[in-house]
Amino acid sequence: MSSPDRLVYMANQIGTFFRSQGHDKAVPGIADHIKKFWDPRMKRAIFAHLDAGGAGLEPNVREALTSLKPATSLPAAP
Amino acid sequence: MSLIEEIDFGTPRSKSETMVTLTIDGNQVTVPEGTSIMRAAMGAGHQIPKLCATDMVDAFGSCRLCVVEIEGRAGTPASCTTPVMPGLVVHTQSERLKKLRKGVMELYISDHPLDCLTCGANGDCELQDMAGAVGLRDVRYGYEGENHVFAKSHGEVNAAWMPKDESNPYFTYDPSKCIVCSRCVRACEEVQGTFALTISGRGFDSRVSPGMSESFLGSECVSCGACVQACPTATLTEKSVIEIGQPEHSVVTTCAYCGVGCTFKAEMRGEEVVRMVPYKDGKANRGHSCVKGRFAWGYTNHKERVLKPMIRERIEDPWREVSWDEAFSFAADRMRGIQKKYGRDAIGGITSSRCTNEETYLVQKLIRAGFGNNNVDTCARVCHSPTGYGLSMTFGTSAGTQDFDSVENTDVAMIIGANPASAHPVFASRLKKRLRQGAKLIVIDPRRTEMVESPHMKALHLPLMPGTNVAVVTALAHVIVTEGLVNEAFVRERCDWSEFEEWAAFVALPQNSPEATAILTGVNPKDLREAARIYATGGNGAIYYGLGVTEHSQGSTTVIAIANLAMATGNIGRPGVGVNPLRGQNNVQGSCDMGSFPHELPGYRHISGDAVRDQFEALWNVKLNPEPGLRIPNMFDAAIEGTFMGLYVQGEDILQSDPNTKHVVAALSAMECVIVHDLFLNETANYAHVFLPGSSFLEKDGTFTNAERRIQRVRKVMTPKNGMADWEVTIALAKAMGLEMNYSHPSEIMDEIAALTPTFAGVSYAKLEELGSVQWPCNEKAPEGTPVMHVDGFVRGKGKFVVTEYIATDERTGPRFPLLLTTGRILSQYNVGAQTRRTENVVWHAEDRLEIHPHDAEQRGVRDGDWVRLKSRAGETTLRAEITDRVAPGVVYTTFHHPDTQANVITTEYSDWATNCPEYKVTAVQISPSNGPSDWQKSYDEQARHSRRIVPAEAAE
Repeated sequence: MSSPDRLVYMANQIGTFFRSQGHDKAVPGIADHIKKFWDPRMKRAIFAHLDAGGAGLEPNVREALTSLKPATSLPAAP
Repeated sequence: MSLIEEIDFGTPRSKSETMVTLTIDGNQVTVPEGTSIMRAAMGAGHQIPKLCATDMVDAFGSCRLCVVEIEGRAGTPASCTTPVMPGLVVHTQSERLKKLRKGVMELYISDHPLDCLTCGANGDCELQDMAGAVGLRDVRYGYEGENHVFAKSHGEVNAAWMPKDESNPYFTYDPSKCIVCSRCVRACEEVQGTFALTISGRGFDSRVSPGMSESFLGSECVSCGACVQACPTATLTEKSVIEIGQPEHSVVTTCAYCGVGCTFKAEMRGEEVVRMVPYKDGKANRGHSCVKGRFAWGYTNHKERVLKPMIRERIEDPWREVSWDEAFSFAADRMRGIQKKYGRDAIGGITSSRCTNEETYLVQKLIRAGFGNNNVDTCARVCHSPTGYGLSMTFGTSAGTQDFDSVENTDVAMIIGANPASAHPVFASRLKKRLRQGAKLIVIDPRRTEMVESPHMKALHLPLMPGTNVAVVTALAHVIVTEGLVNEAFVRERCDWSEFEEWAAFVALPQNSPEATAILTGVNPKDLREAARIYATGGNGAIYYGLGVTEHSQGSTTVIAIANLAMATGNIGRPGVGVNPLRGQNNVQGSCDMGSFPHELPGYRHISGDAVRDQFEALWNVKLNPEPGLRIPNMFDAAIEGTFMGLYVQGEDILQSDPNTKHVVAALSAMECVIVHDLFLNETANYAHVFLPGSSFLEKDGTFTNAERRIQRVRKVMTPKNGMADWEVTIALAKAMGLEMNYSHPSEIMDEIAALTPTFAGVSYAKLEELGSVQWPCNEKAPEGTPVMHVDGFVRGKGKFVVTEYIATDERTGPRFPLLLTTGRILSQYNVGAQTRRTENVVWHAEDRLEIHPHDAEQRGVRDGDWVRLKSRAGETTLRAEITDRVAPGVVYTTFHHPDTQANVITTEYSDWATNCPEYKVTAVQISPSNGPSDWQKSYDEQARHSRRIVPAEAAE
């Protein structure tokens, strides 16, 4: 289930950890974490979800994904 | 090859650095102060006769065989209890001593059977040796008198005679051969720390007694075997020795059970193992072992072991035995076919934390270089992946900071979410030894484990509600900061001060106080404050933790919180302190080191790093994918979604060990090719298309890396029963898939690892041969390895404090699921039980039970031994109840060693935010009385039986 729900849940969970570090540290922290640990299909799916409105994403997480997306060049989906 | 004989010095080594010189039999001998005369003599090559002394326990001075003469002193003191002094002149042999010793032996033998030729200890009996050493030729007293030897004397029943106790499955106790030297009793106390044995009675009535004159099996005995090892006669003897005879050669190797990594001598007769004996020079275990390592190796030739490769088109079909070649080409065709159809990233593999470093390295190489993606993961995903994340973030490396010897310098040990007495027994014994010397112990665990209370120790126990680790550890930090117990000098010198200040301000907030968090954690604030004070001010403080820390939604956060605590109190960078993750499996440390994680190449270097990839690409001659691959839970999700269709699993039973079994079943069923490489048709194999037989640790060469980063040799003592060692199987599979791998011996694989991994640069089989073992980092800076990390500074430079906010898990109790289930292990069983269930260890644990507090049980009408239905949001199963106050009201507990328990049908898909390590330790459940197995258990069992059918290969005409 790389379905958006599951990925949104995971992304928000990451966001919650960084919350207490404040917005300025949290946003790059979240982006870096997803960049380092998510496989391309998961990244593609969450970016697609972001493009489709990004329902359910916490504000810091949305901002992190928005910043991460242009910096990520993923191989095309097979 | 010959039998490795270790010198028994008679008494333990003295740690003193002051040296003393004396004269023994005309030779000048210099030894550390506190050494016994016996040991000093042995060091000089003079063996003084002895029976009750052995260097695994303290001197006792009861047998009087080791008497010596000292010039200027009256009498004949026992050399085991007499310490050396400068200038002493000692004689170990004289007419007087000869006469005394012969007299002592004569008395011993007058009450001992003379069946030496048919005795199990024949050839390995110290009593026999000593009779020879003192020249005993005659027993003047005869054998007619009062004795313990004969069942009948003078036609009457002999009340002093006791029959053999054969209750323990691995060793016998024959009281008629006992000389009451009490070595077994002392080994049980001093080495193992269980105090199961005593000497009952006095004088001639003295007997070795397990518990209150119980059978060995019925007593508190944990069957570690230290008593058997200590016994100088045939009184306590391995049943395997009685059955087979004495071994003729031995090979030093490493245990394949837990992360302690005990060194053993495999004592052999030809290719048959006679017994496993812990090796005194083993730096992890120092000559001790547990029931699993010493005795539970029978699985290696269990009748259920599968020795021929098998394939099948569909999982509904029976297995078909085929040749290795057919199996490899079937597997390769399927995997390549999947990639053609679904894309390069549609397959992956799981490395084994039970296999060697070399084998693990090859599997990840096959995946990265052969499959062309990074979909590789390992079972550390479901155990210690948060350790990797948390310690890397704070200290700069995922490495545990100490060696096991460090515990000898610990003043305060804090155990969080671990039960070493069950899961890391040899470490537990070493810790208990230190506790008996006066060190303090704090245990943070929902359950009153064996570590909380045992003979001669009582821990300060903080029984927290499952899932509240972060709140408790942060509250400890709150006390340390607000009560001014921070080691400011250490923090200023070693850590980033501004990050510390930020952290300190956070933990000092009133909402993080023990009093404020008690409502969530259930921990008495007074006890918590006391624990914080003891840890911060009690001397060398060491934290040991296990899966009770990591297997939570906030697993990584707790690891970070622990690291913060150690830094704030300056408990890092010297012997006796540190942050010590107790790794679960024998080589889980190694499998992580070897690049088993989807985002990291060997040596924990991120796959996106161009320089690192360049290095591997040059040597492997392939282009590597710079994007991280899927982690195990992500693989399952992707399989269900239809983008991940082929999996190679080496030595790992993901169906039994991973959470939410139904989800795993769905994922495995969706895949088009599952290759299981294992000793047995495990649960995962029920959903596999290819079965590749595995080899046991006795059948191959390689290395394991234990929890203290110690790289140790595994040595082949027999030909692989399946025909191929696991590394050879992976090479053949790689070749079938078009990836050439040319290694003729695992040492060549280690050479490649060393060439590519900076922390392993100095490791080679030659070095391991020379040093016995080595702890990484081992390189130019540390050619003999690194026992203690972060000595002069943190690996990352400055230690990093990170704020750890407590976030409750989304797995909540409520009216439907009011109880919290947590899980753990038991001493006699190991992990999913694939090995230990196929040994006699089942006598201690034939089934998993559900521990329930009497209050919760009574409310639900559940009695001890009743079947209960255990239900969570994920599923339900049934098992039998054990009513106990080891668990608090509101908490239930079970082990997960048996597949029919289906404990993981209950556990959920919630996982650690950073690593996706599953939250095994917290599941909201309800229990109710039940009549027996659930429908799911029945249908699972039916599917398993159906799936395990095998059609033998047709004989060639």
